[in-house]
Amino acid sequence: MIPGAFDYHRPTSVNEAALLLRQLGEDARPLAGGHSLIALMKLRLAMPEHLVDLSGVDGLKGVRREGDDLVIGAMTTQHDIIHDAMLAESLPILRETANQIADPQVRYRGTIGGNVANGDPGNDMPAVMQCLDARFRIASPDGEREISARDFYHGAFDTELHRGDIVTEIRIKAPPRGHGYAYEKMKRKTGDYATAAAAVILTLEGGRCARASVALTNVADTPLWAEEASKILAGSDLGKETLDRAAAAAEAITNPASDLHGPAEFRAKMAGVMLRRAVMRAQARAKA
Amino acid sequence: MSVQTVESERAARAEKLEGLGCKRKRVEDIRFTQGRGNYVDDLKLPAMVFGDFVRSPHAHARILRIDASRAKALPGVLAVLTAADLKPLGLHYMPTLAGDVQAVLAEDKVLFQNQEVAFVIAEDRYVAADAAELVEVDYEPLACIVDPFKSLDPDAPVLREDIKDKMEAAHGPRKHPNHIFEWSVGDKQATDEAFEKAEVTIKELIVDHRTHPAPLETCQCVASMDKIKGELTLWGTFQAPHVIRTVVSLISGLPEHKIHVIAPDIGGGFGNKVGAYSGYVCSVVGSIVLGRPVKWVEDRMENLSTTSFARDYHMTTELAATGDGRLTAMRVHVIADHGAFDACAAPTKFPAGFFNICTGSYDIPTAFCSVDGVYTNKATGGVAYRCSFRVTEAAFAIERAMDVLAQKLAMDPVELRMKNFIRPEQFPYQSALGWEYDSGDYHTAMRKAAAAVGYEKLRAEQKEKRDAFLRGETREIMGIGVSFFTEIVGAGPSKNCDILGIAMFDSAEIRVHPTGAVIARMGTKSQGQGHETTYAQIIATELGIPADNIMIEEGDTDTAPYGLGTYGSRSTPTAGAATAVAARKIRQKAQMIAAHMLEVHEGDLEWDIDRFRVKGLPEKFKTMKDIAWAAYHDLPPNMEPGLEAVNYYDPPNMTFPFGAYICVMDIDVDTGVAKVRRFYALDDCGTRINPMIIEGQIHGGLTEAFACAMGQEIRYDEHGNVLGASFMDFFLPTAVETPVWETDYTVTPSPHHPIGAKGVGESPHVGGAPCFSNAVNDAYAFLNAGHIQMPHDAWRLWQVGERLGLHH
Repeated sequence: MIPGAFDYHRPTSVNEAALLLRQLGEDARPLAGGHSLIALMKLRLAMPEHLVDLSGVDGLKGVRREGDDLVIGAMTTQHDIIHDAMLAESLPILRETANQIADPQVRYRGTIGGNVANGDPGNDMPAVMQCLDARFRIASPDGEREISARDFYHGAFDTELHRGDIVTEIRIKAPPRGHGYAYEKMKRKTGDYATAAAAVILTLEGGRCARASVALTNVADTPLWAEEASKILAGSDLGKETLDRAAAAAEAITNPASDLHGPAEFRAKMAGVMLRRAVMRAQARAKA
Repeated sequence: MSVQTVESERAARAEKLEGLGCKRKRVEDIRFTQGRGNYVDDLKLPAMVFGDFVRSPHAHARILRIDASRAKALPGVLAVLTAADLKPLGLHYMPTLAGDVQAVLAEDKVLFQNQEVAFVIAEDRYVAADAAELVEVDYEPLACIVDPFKSLDPDAPVLREDIKDKMEAAHGPRKHPNHIFEWSVGDKQATDEAFEKAEVTIKELIVDHRTHPAPLETCQCVASMDKIKGELTLWGTFQAPHVIRTVVSLISGLPEHKIHVIAPDIGGGFGNKVGAYSGYVCSVVGSIVLGRPVKWVEDRMENLSTTSFARDYHMTTELAATGDGRLTAMRVHVIADHGAFDACAAPTKFPAGFFNICTGSYDIPTAFCSVDGVYTNKATGGVAYRCSFRVTEAAFAIERAMDVLAQKLAMDPVELRMKNFIRPEQFPYQSALGWEYDSGDYHTAMRKAAAAVGYEKLRAEQKEKRDAFLRGETREIMGIGVSFFTEIVGAGPSKNCDILGIAMFDSAEIRVHPTGAVIARMGTKSQGQGHETTYAQIIATELGIPADNIMIEEGDTDTAPYGLGTYGSRSTPTAGAATAVAARKIRQKAQMIAAHMLEVHEGDLEWDIDRFRVKGLPEKFKTMKDIAWAAYHDLPPNMEPGLEAVNYYDPPNMTFPFGAYICVMDIDVDTGVAKVRRFYALDDCGTRINPMIIEGQIHGGLTEAFACAMGQEIRYDEHGNVLGASFMDFFLPTAVETPVWETDYTVTPSPHHPIGAKGVGESPHVGGAPCFSNAVNDAYAFLNAGHIQMPHDAWRLWQVGERLGLHH
């Protein structure tokens, strides 16, 4: 539980941070809230030689509205997400998800940017971002670019980020007013990663499901946007037969690891159960 | 004064003492809640250095080469110890409490993953951790044994080459190189005959899986050798500091009076901190070699994967009964997985602890139990995790078996228990497996519990829910768990209990100062039990001195009288008894002084709460405070000055706390998630010293039982890799997951204990685990699920559903 030696850097601008990361190379890691990275370092599963702490960088915190988009600074903490009035109004699924991340102490430090950028399949926000079709704004010494959350993840801790890249903000087009939402997370205890979890956003029109999006947490080495399941739900009556098919479609794309929280076949099935429950809760919340 | 005024005046005086029965707030919490406790890791000595272990990545492997040269070259590294360094000192092995030896540092072979291979000492913790990574060890992996049922196979790899030819060991003959002992109790022939004649029998392999006590403070120590004085001071997280001092003296050759063992505040022990560990020996050696204090602190993974696990008992349990449910015999055979070395902590003559309490609360005419201890490539231990030695295992076997039998007989589990309880008039009761139960009233406790939860109504509700489930109207099933346990605590009488030859008495030394303030020291050691609060309450009532004027000290072997420490709920039955007896000696002397002061005969005095008064003349009295002053200046002729006493208490018998627990549980069949709707715990621990502390102990013990039953485990894969040795995976419930506990009690004092107290800290764990498991099993019983093994985490219960075809 004692990390290896590292140098600590504390830049004050995005540009300075990106240059530092580029210059220091593969042995440097950006540090946001530290609640994944520091734990890995204590186990010596990660041994970066340089930590570039982003907490002194201006302009990476807070939530604002830009046209149809909600823009969340990468260094916004989970605690801030939970207590943000604009998000509560327009994107309540973020609050519901953040509330299920670890415990209050972790949520005071842990950031949404760190959660989505680290590439840990156990993190909750990546699937929610895929469900919402969020875009990540990335700064680097070569300039800025945007990547869809659905294209961002390649494997465990393997993402679109390259040397010198920093996720600076998350842009989400808010779903229509009256949408239904749910993040259903199965976990054994407070602080655990999900055994399986499902994020659902849907809209109802005349009692039927007009649009739907489903994504899954921790049942593969990346978050999974369940495209097929989403299609099955959209336009349906959300009846039992539809849910059975959607759950089966979702289970089919999972590839979970077996661990002490259960064998693979259990976790795959739980993805389906979480999906059903998330859909039912989202449906109950949606205004037709 | 009217009678009423006299009585209220007396009540006020008694209340002021905060003695027996008072919900006195814990005095230690004043410092704990303000972050002012003093734990081992708080200790910082000048020139102190730090030790860290190089550990084996393999479960079973030959060590081909150890090269520490790169580690030694790292600036700040002072020494790297290996078995080769310890061997000339005879310290590469240490004796265990179970009569085995354990490698301090592995010599030729490693026998479990994370076994200690080298000890790095450096100027700070960071350098030590870096250097540990630089020690190069070459291994040749060997076939390993994980399944204890395979240990005794004829072609099983021999694990302990150091003792492979020693076919007679501490507990008798060994029948295989991987066999540790066979221990049997009872009348085999009569039991076999009873089974042959039985109208109904059941037989079930009941597994109490491997888990870990997981105290929040891990094991740690600071060793400081003063080479000028030739004295060693060892601070550590010791549940039994005096025993540690004796062991250190025996293995190091240092005279015992030149060893100072100090256990400061301890952050939980639960059995994990009874034994001696490699870290202690290496720290001591390091300090002797370097002449500087050496600190060693386990991290969480080291704690969970190397120091003392608990359980791993595989119990083939059989009951025989008449057709109408009267028990006629019990037979149990246990395969006990002790890991790579037998470092089980139990009284020396009891290699399977008090497992022979497995007849439980029932009048079973004949019984036989036998236990085979075996070696496997797993960590060592087998400690009593919040229980007396192997009593959780025993209670689990009988309580689970009773439900299996009830189901076979189609009898209600409460009715079956009521029918077979030892009856009040049978106490003191001689059990078929050799114990004399001191006191009990099981029927009253069971009836009270059933009435409190509305047992009949719950069964009716369950029936409705079962029908609804079968009709497809709900996906939830309901379980009602019943357990009735009898603990055996307070080890123990010198006639059968010793540790390394030292009888398991305990002690108290009480000094009354001239102003009537008191200091008392005991041979036990609190790890959170609240001894500073409760011992003072015993003295308060015995001596009539307010508890707030009494200071309790433990843990410093220089000042405290010798005792065997705190585990197995023994503090109240042993040191608590010593405290009462020592206080009574003081009161006896105080009576003589009072008689002198009042110029009457001793026999003319009577004790009245906090004073001696002249019989018939209540206005003529001397308070204990007056007497304390006189003890130092106004004594009867020829009486020694001072007011103090010591007692070393050798208990005449164990004490036998008991209780009736009922759990109501709802299980989501689709996820396997079980929710405890209600948990009612009735405990009878005899005289209740501090009801608030008892309640706290019961909350804690039930929470640990809940954890063990519902998912806490130390698991290994087939290669002997330990899985889940961190709090990411090891289930330690938080307040969020912990059910609400309802507590209740009856009081059946122990007839042989000076104040009738029995001990309570571990009862809830012993009674809790089978209650949760019975609730789970009861939930699935109507679906003919058969016996479902612990732990009952969601995925395992989901698998039960899969097996039964409950998922669509």
